[in-house]
Amino acid sequence: MTYDPNYETVIGLEVHAQMVTRSKIFCGCSTTFGAEPNQQVCPVCAAFPGVLPVLNSELVSMAIKTGLAIQGSIRTRSEFARKNYFYPDLPAGYQISQFELPIIEHGQLHIVTDDGVRKRIGITRIHMEVDAGKSVHEGIQGASWIDLNRTGTPLLEIVSEPDLRSAQEAGEYLKKLRSILRYLQVCDGNMEEGSFRCDANVSVRKLGQTAFGTRTELKNLNSIRNVMRAIEYEAERQIDSLESGGRIVQETRLWDANQNTSRPMRGKEEAHDYRYFPEPDLPPLVIAQERIDTIARQLPELPDAKAERYRNDLGLSEYDAGVLTSSREMAMFFEETVSRGAQPKAAANWISVELLGRLNRGGMEIEQSKVTPEQLGRLLALMQNNEISGKMAKQIFDIMFESGGDPDTIVQEHGFKQVSDTAAIAAIVDQVLADNPLQVQQYREGKTKVMGFLVGQIMKATQGKANPASVNAILQEKLSG
Amino acid sequence: MSITADTVKHVANLARLKLDERELAPLVQQLSNILGLVEQLKELDTEAVTPMSHALDMPIPERPDLVVPISTREAMLANAPDTEQGYFRVPKIIE
Amino acid sequence: MDPTQLSLVQAHAWLSSRQISARELTAAFLERIDRLNPRINAYITVDREGAMAAAQRADDRFRNGTATPLTGIPIGVKDLFCTENLTTTCGSKMLARFRPPYESTVTRKLKEAGAVILGKTNMDEFAMGSSNETSFFGPVRNPWDTERIPGGSSGGSAAALAARMAMATIGSDTGGSIRQPAALTGLTGLKPTYGRISRFGMIAFASSLDQAGPMTWTAEDAAIMLRVLAGHDPKDSTSIQAEVPDYVNTLVNRLDGLRIGIPEEYFPDSLDRETRHALEEAQQVLRDLGASMVSVSLPHTRYAIPTYYIIAPAEASSNLARYDGIRFGYRCEDPKDLKDLYTRTRSEGFGAEVKRRIMLGTYVLSSGYYDAYYRKAQKVRRLIARDFQDVYTGVDLLLTPTTPGTAFPLGEKKDDPVAMYLSDIFTINVNLAGLPGLSLPCGRDHQGLPIGMQLIAPVLKEERLLAAAHAFQSATPWHQRKPEL
Ligand SMILES: [Zn+2]
Repeated sequence: MTYDPNYETVIGLEVHAQMVTRSKIFCGCSTTFGAEPNQQVCPVCAAFPGVLPVLNSELVSMAIKTGLAIQGSIRTRSEFARKNYFYPDLPAGYQISQFELPIIEHGQLHIVTDDGVRKRIGITRIHMEVDAGKSVHEGIQGASWIDLNRTGTPLLEIVSEPDLRSAQEAGEYLKKLRSILRYLQVCDGNMEEGSFRCDANVSVRKLGQTAFGTRTELKNLNSIRNVMRAIEYEAERQIDSLESGGRIVQETRLWDANQNTSRPMRGKEEAHDYRYFPEPDLPPLVIAQERIDTIARQLPELPDAKAERYRNDLGLSEYDAGVLTSSREMAMFFEETVSRGAQPKAAANWISVELLGRLNRGGMEIEQSKVTPEQLGRLLALMQNNEISGKMAKQIFDIMFESGGDPDTIVQEHGFKQVSDTAAIAAIVDQVLADNPLQVQQYREGKTKVMGFLVGQIMKATQGKANPASVNAILQEKLSG
Repeated sequence: MSITADTVKHVANLARLKLDERELAPLVQQLSNILGLVEQLKELDTEAVTPMSHALDMPIPERPDLVVPISTREAMLANAPDTEQGYFRVPKIIE
Repeated sequence: MDPTQLSLVQAHAWLSSRQISARELTAAFLERIDRLNPRINAYITVDREGAMAAAQRADDRFRNGTATPLTGIPIGVKDLFCTENLTTTCGSKMLARFRPPYESTVTRKLKEAGAVILGKTNMDEFAMGSSNETSFFGPVRNPWDTERIPGGSSGGSAAALAARMAMATIGSDTGGSIRQPAALTGLTGLKPTYGRISRFGMIAFASSLDQAGPMTWTAEDAAIMLRVLAGHDPKDSTSIQAEVPDYVNTLVNRLDGLRIGIPEEYFPDSLDRETRHALEEAQQVLRDLGASMVSVSLPHTRYAIPTYYIIAPAEASSNLARYDGIRFGYRCEDPKDLKDLYTRTRSEGFGAEVKRRIMLGTYVLSSGYYDAYYRKAQKVRRLIARDFQDVYTGVDLLLTPTTPGTAFPLGEKKDDPVAMYLSDIFTINVNLAGLPGLSLPCGRDHQGLPIGMQLIAPVLKEERLLAAAHAFQSATPWHQRKPEL
């Protein structure tokens, strides 16, 4: 299979994001992950006869937050609906979802494409719904087991427009969306545990063609990397099929990450007829404008706005601003570092080069860093105040990264103190000049290159602890005097 | 409005009901009769009418996000026809 | 006097003055159930131990001064209200052995008031029926003539009360299931405003129409019951948040100034002659009490049946999807795969009428038919509701017959669903509009069978219904008539 430049891939993504409410969407059961089977299940989420759903207020607030964050319009009157189908992990035989009147519509977010272009990706709608339970198949003879702990956990389904044109763009979209949800603290974004799931609708068409091709739906994509690989595989499969005279069948395909391939899903082949209708147990959700306004006022600064502020107000490069706003934790780390007295540019540089470089090598996230932003801020402040040199700072940082600890203590214990005392430096300069009359002579004859040699001698004499700026200034003054 | 035996079979499948041939014919007839009754609605012009899905016009109440301890697990499982190691047991699900 | 013949108000007086103990009263009812239930089949489950224990607690409450008007009152509850650890069948094989691990709000409130729950009354399977012939536990017989149906779906609650096997009963009403059997058995049956009584723990038939309510001998007893049952419940999102008035205090003996609308559509040529006559006499009684009769029109009345038979089955088809043989209830023998588990469990566990309605509901919601049927019916539902709103600008109450005729013989309409559905023609609109309605006896036919009339009030005006019914009962003997058994 080869990439065919005559074709264009069209992708739309459906993300199911688990909201981090304490209790489930319609009952008081806990949403904690990893409990014993059917431990967090009550008659309501297990759909026993006669019980009724009562909506979790926090979920509504989270949906509003998310809607505002993607600049969507929030319906002041939305409606829950039942989606009817039989499956053992769906106890009621219907999923409470939203259909004709979802809470959020017409949103968007922006990604940066491969060629560095900012691209708008439309978000068709966001709606609230209940998650299903889990079935266990492996290692059970002739049966499956049903665990309803996850049943009733609140989800937002976030549906993008078919605006994405490559696996790369799909990956960028997911990273951006996940980052926004994490900034809002409404979803932990953990794809492996299934709290951020993605299905991809993929079709291909000849360049220049306006109509969409027949699409397939890809499922079982449990990492952003798998989403991208599955899309690439699927686009190539479809192109190959069309090129060899075949047709695309509209179907659902399961991605197999081990085999790097996908196969049509069995069991769900039957055409679905979900028989959606308004949920009679739940009156319409009416949202007062004041509630939206209050939430809007409390909305945190989001990645795009932050990046813009970092560029415009703090003078960071586009690249640094992008890196530092890629996650809420990163941005908080940076801002905390700066608040401890570090210059923004230096802080940005140190975080993106020194800290992230080391973390990446160790396969770690910023939350796992032993260096705290307070400590990094202090370290950079010491450097800015000329109490340590840049070289020392890196040595100290190495110690901080490996073993933790606060920079002042390390400076003390390892004797990293820089000499900035002008009189002391002047005395050493005098001594070095006296010891090297030839070089002084050469300098005065215009061979200014020897300056470096003299500086080196001074640093050597001070075991590297002299403040280089002071050394330069004093040396210059003495040589021209 | 009459309804065919094939439609009835399709609907039965959606509803996960099994109809034997003996049940099918009378049901086709009965459903046709009921739908015949329903035909009257067509004479009404409802173009400008908003559908009414609730008896009363009231907004949904919301509850605070609080975890309520569960005390019914054993009694719930005791109602299940087949359980194993705390799970509900069903015939093998094929994906 | 036989204590089983007392009204609720009289029994409370006896209990308060220690003329009888709650245990004696309960024992008298249990004895009567033993004697009569085999003939009537009004109860599915009789909870002797639970009832006697509750009676004991009731006696304690009379001793320590915490008794309420319902304390010690023996009550029968329709078998779709979940009762913790007491089998709740919904009249179905599907739930024949279901023991709920929770209590419905209705039964919880009864228990908290000190009432004695004698047992669970028979009903049409999943409340789907108008004759109580669809119960898995056999048909209920009308105490006035045991070859006739008692009405449905709360037929067990009606028959139990008419045969004095309970002092009051609880029913549920989706299209007339309290009012129609009350009419056919000579009782007072109240369906409150939708949302007035919590639906939590009441097994759903059609969620946007279902409403619980009391069945009693008198309007005064109904007022006492409603006072206890009504009120907001945070466990039911459709439960109304409104104060509960003291319905007993608002009862009156005169109806001066009350304007009663007589909707022409409820008196068609096909109306049973004796029923028409009884209603005419009732109007005269009401006039004598000071009320005035006003001719009104509810033009969309005739669309009630088709609208209802789209909306109710549609909701039911979804509500009944949870009966899949996995977590509770019936499961077929040796399912060979998942599909087999579903289809055989449901085909064997549900009876014919339930399956018919699931089929109908699934069909009207299915792809391609939703707009033509379901959405259309929802729109007509609004037109029906508007009819009532319009008419209440000129009248305070409406008066109609409850049923087109008196109790019919067992089996007469069993195989003709359309004919059966038409027996709810006067009650269904009230559910579609969410209004409170009350049926009370107003005469008898040449066979001695009770005739009922229906009063319909605007939303949350139950006290108006009860006041008018009470005044009527103060002036007429019909509610005091009892079947010979
Ligand atoms: Zn729960």
